[in-house]
Amino acid sequence: MAKAYTPGLKITQRLTHRVRRVLPIAGEVIVKQGDRVDAQDVVAETFMPGDITPLNLSKTLSIPPADLADCLLKTEGDTVEIGDPLAITKGIFGFFKTEYQSKTVGTIESISNVTGQLIIRGAPLPVQVQAFLSGQVVEVIPNEGVIIESDVSFVQGIFGIGGEAFGPIKMACSDPTQELTEELILPEMKGTIVVGGARMSEAAVKKAVSIGVAGIISGGMDDQDLKSILGYDLGVAITGSERIGLSLMITEGFGSIAMAQRTFELLESREGDAAAITGTTQIRAGVMRPEVLIPLNETEKQQVGEDVHSAGVLDIGVPIRIIRDPYFGELGTVAELPSDPQVLGSGSKARVLLVKCESGETVTVPRANVELVEN
Amino acid sequence: MTDTLINPENINVILATDCGSTTTKAILIEKVDGEYRQTYRGEAPTTVEEPAADVTVGVINAVTEIAELSGRKLVDEQGAIIRPANGSDGCDIYISTSSAGGGLQMMVAGVVKQMTAASAKRAALGAGAIVMDVISTNDNRLPHEQIQRIRELRPDMVLISGGTDGGTTTHVVQLAELIAPAKPQPRFGNKYRMPIIYAGNKDAAELVKGTFDDSVDLSVVPNLRPVLERENLGPARDAIHDLFLEHVMAHAPGYDRLIGWADAPIMPTPGAVGNILKTIAQRQNINAVGVDIGGATTDVFSVFDGTFNRTVSANLGMSYSISNVCAEATLPNILRWVHFDMDERELRNRVKNKMIRPTTIPQTLESLVFEQAVAREALRLAYLQHKEFATTLVGVQQQRTIGDTFSQEAGGETIVDNMKLDLLVASGGVLSHAPEMVQTAAMLVDAFEPEGITTLAKDSIFMMPHLGVLAQVHPRAALEVFERDCLVYLGTCVAPSGQGKPGKSCFQYSYAGPNGPVAGEIACGEIKLIPLDKNTTIKIEPAKGFDVGNGPGKPVEKEICGGTVGLILDGRGRPIVSTDDFTRKSFTRNELQEWVTALRLYPESQESQST
Repeated sequence: MAKAYTPGLKITQRLTHRVRRVLPIAGEVIVKQGDRVDAQDVVAETFMPGDITPLNLSKTLSIPPADLADCLLKTEGDTVEIGDPLAITKGIFGFFKTEYQSKTVGTIESISNVTGQLIIRGAPLPVQVQAFLSGQVVEVIPNEGVIIESDVSFVQGIFGIGGEAFGPIKMACSDPTQELTEELILPEMKGTIVVGGARMSEAAVKKAVSIGVAGIISGGMDDQDLKSILGYDLGVAITGSERIGLSLMITEGFGSIAMAQRTFELLESREGDAAAITGTTQIRAGVMRPEVLIPLNETEKQQVGEDVHSAGVLDIGVPIRIIRDPYFGELGTVAELPSDPQVLGSGSKARVLLVKCESGETVTVPRANVELVEN
Repeated sequence: MTDTLINPENINVILATDCGSTTTKAILIEKVDGEYRQTYRGEAPTTVEEPAADVTVGVINAVTEIAELSGRKLVDEQGAIIRPANGSDGCDIYISTSSAGGGLQMMVAGVVKQMTAASAKRAALGAGAIVMDVISTNDNRLPHEQIQRIRELRPDMVLISGGTDGGTTTHVVQLAELIAPAKPQPRFGNKYRMPIIYAGNKDAAELVKGTFDDSVDLSVVPNLRPVLERENLGPARDAIHDLFLEHVMAHAPGYDRLIGWADAPIMPTPGAVGNILKTIAQRQNINAVGVDIGGATTDVFSVFDGTFNRTVSANLGMSYSISNVCAEATLPNILRWVHFDMDERELRNRVKNKMIRPTTIPQTLESLVFEQAVAREALRLAYLQHKEFATTLVGVQQQRTIGDTFSQEAGGETIVDNMKLDLLVASGGVLSHAPEMVQTAAMLVDAFEPEGITTLAKDSIFMMPHLGVLAQVHPRAALEVFERDCLVYLGTCVAPSGQGKPGKSCFQYSYAGPNGPVAGEIACGEIKLIPLDKNTTIKIEPAKGFDVGNGPGKPVEKEICGGTVGLILDGRGRPIVSTDDFTRKSFTRNELQEWVTALRLYPESQESQST
């Protein structure tokens, strides 16, 4: 029987999940192996070398670089404050001296006698890494960070914007086909991660920002609305650094598309529980998708069993979703996997499969245009 | 690398691989009846990521596919490539290129943006690198902003240039003084010493050395712009290739083994493509442009009058970057190439859905037409960027005559001249896998707007990287395979430059066809496709004001190339705008519909013409 592999997004009620939280440069890890940490706890911190201010004193004072040493009042390693005199020229017969006062705070890192340039290094910049996942520190990577493990409900989205945010799950829609509109965003949703159903509207997102919602999860959104929310047309799918006031995650794709029933039910079952969301998406080699982590407490661990995952193989009867027009968003099961390539409506030849859609209709689509929906 | 060099005459079986970001492609070249021919190909997913995390696994998988198809045993029991060939086992040489793991990413710096910085960028691009940023003293950024940028970037290596030999040393040292404290961090972690190449004023070399500490690996090579009038990019490019092997590739999983297998240095894929295009242009004494449009980036290569240039448009591509093409080109510009109505809001969603699920393919004709419209704009923008980059050297003193009084140019004008272009080669998914060859040809003509008489071709199975590295060790084999198996000739485009009123004569043509003489006339705004699979000599007599290479109104007689598409006679003028109103920036839907029908681009237009 013909089989094909198609990657899908991970959506699971219970998963033992690990996150690696490391500093961008070497620093200090402030938790120990075995410690329990909350999502917003700082686990590692460091100081980045401060910003550099180059200053060409030779040019500023109109003296040759070689003469600068005689005019300097400070030397390498000295700290300087704003207004501190750095150099003074000899003047003419002791008169008409020119003094240069520092306009910046820092330490003199180097003085060049070739160019007459000073490099002043500012105060170190603190960099902190939060745990993101409430759980146990299972490994400390010396001077870099930690690996945290916890049993979580895990939902991976297809696309998101905004960085990391935290809050309890709050349902706004009553079913996955309901669009998330402005009226459904309520003042009591402040600080929560709001779950919609199908498309989220621009007005709903803007109202959520004004109320102080931490994040929104919904099935889809229109690109036109995304452009209005961001204020620019997103060119490349590398996101996470946007500062729009909250984090957004769509689970299915762009357009009017309902959230998968299973995803919706999972999120609904965890309403009120603390969650962490990240909108960071990178669709490049080493792909990163947005995700929501909802840690399970001890009682929940007893109640929820580990999900059994299929090996991700496209096979007869396997549930799939069509991810390209003209049937974009349709759910169904694989009905047939013909091995010979077929000519598509576009005129191209490609390997196809037959999908029995939930509507009862059977359609033919290229294998490249479907993704597995996990059971 | 193996140490023993084999006499080229004794090379009968050549195995070549290209380790791409997603796929490793292998080809087998064999001597058949005294000529080198590409005989088999195989491919497999590239394995630089977990769980394999060893590039040689993908190489062996691709090579095994060839072995199965050809019946030639190429891999021994220890999992190594068998060499030399012995009967039906093994190959005589094995060579490879690589762009896995994001290719080679560089930062370059030069004193003046338009002069030494531009030369440094040319050197880096020519070596096959992706240039992440160009730092110069006049790039309109303040020094602290430049330092911040250097700190943010994580390049594989840095190239510094500046100053002519014997000139002032201050500026280039100042540049080094900015880079040294910024301590650019490499992609491959803390143990990696950042390779920095200095290719500037030789008198400043010692001073630059004194600026850096032991945290970097500084190499000094001859100045890439020793005098303003001349570039000397070779030594810098060679140093980039060496350091690519020593540092970048050595840190990628499995590459140490692959380097050990290869009989020639492993080249970055785009560097190899440039190499073969250069070789071909040189051998045939022609001007050529090659384009490779991928999912994320578009590479354009050109050789005009022996000068090679390459540009990478980092965010113009058909999947990962499709949304960026729409943002840069704007939807109205894309939709001008679509001959039916489409809903803009719906289209925007489709574009983003392609971006987030890059592996999907168009199923409907409507989808295909839209993707090919996006491709036209991506190619047009990439070529525009290429033209702006491929220029004469800035800063060169020029002797002028009285005739130059009204056309003084300070240098820096593009050397890309579509009228002089002889060969246009296409590669990359949307061009290579178009259902009809005529669609590939039409995308090339619409996007590049070649003028005069231009041969159109496509790289059959993206073999140019393999042949580029082969040209280093066995030029004859590379050329023979390029001519016979690599290029699929689509045909020839005849397109006079100039503009005329609709219906007026643009040019007359005559040639010896397979069934006797063929002659006719093309009107302004008209385009015509004539099947022609053999080479022939064509005579073009342009109307007054139109130029096909010999000057306005002057006839041209030239041998042209037949191909799978044939002869495209293009009277639309250059640039391609509406013949009703030259001041319009584009053309009308009706005009486009006529062109689509005339070229029989899509099944519906083929039907309408046959009825």
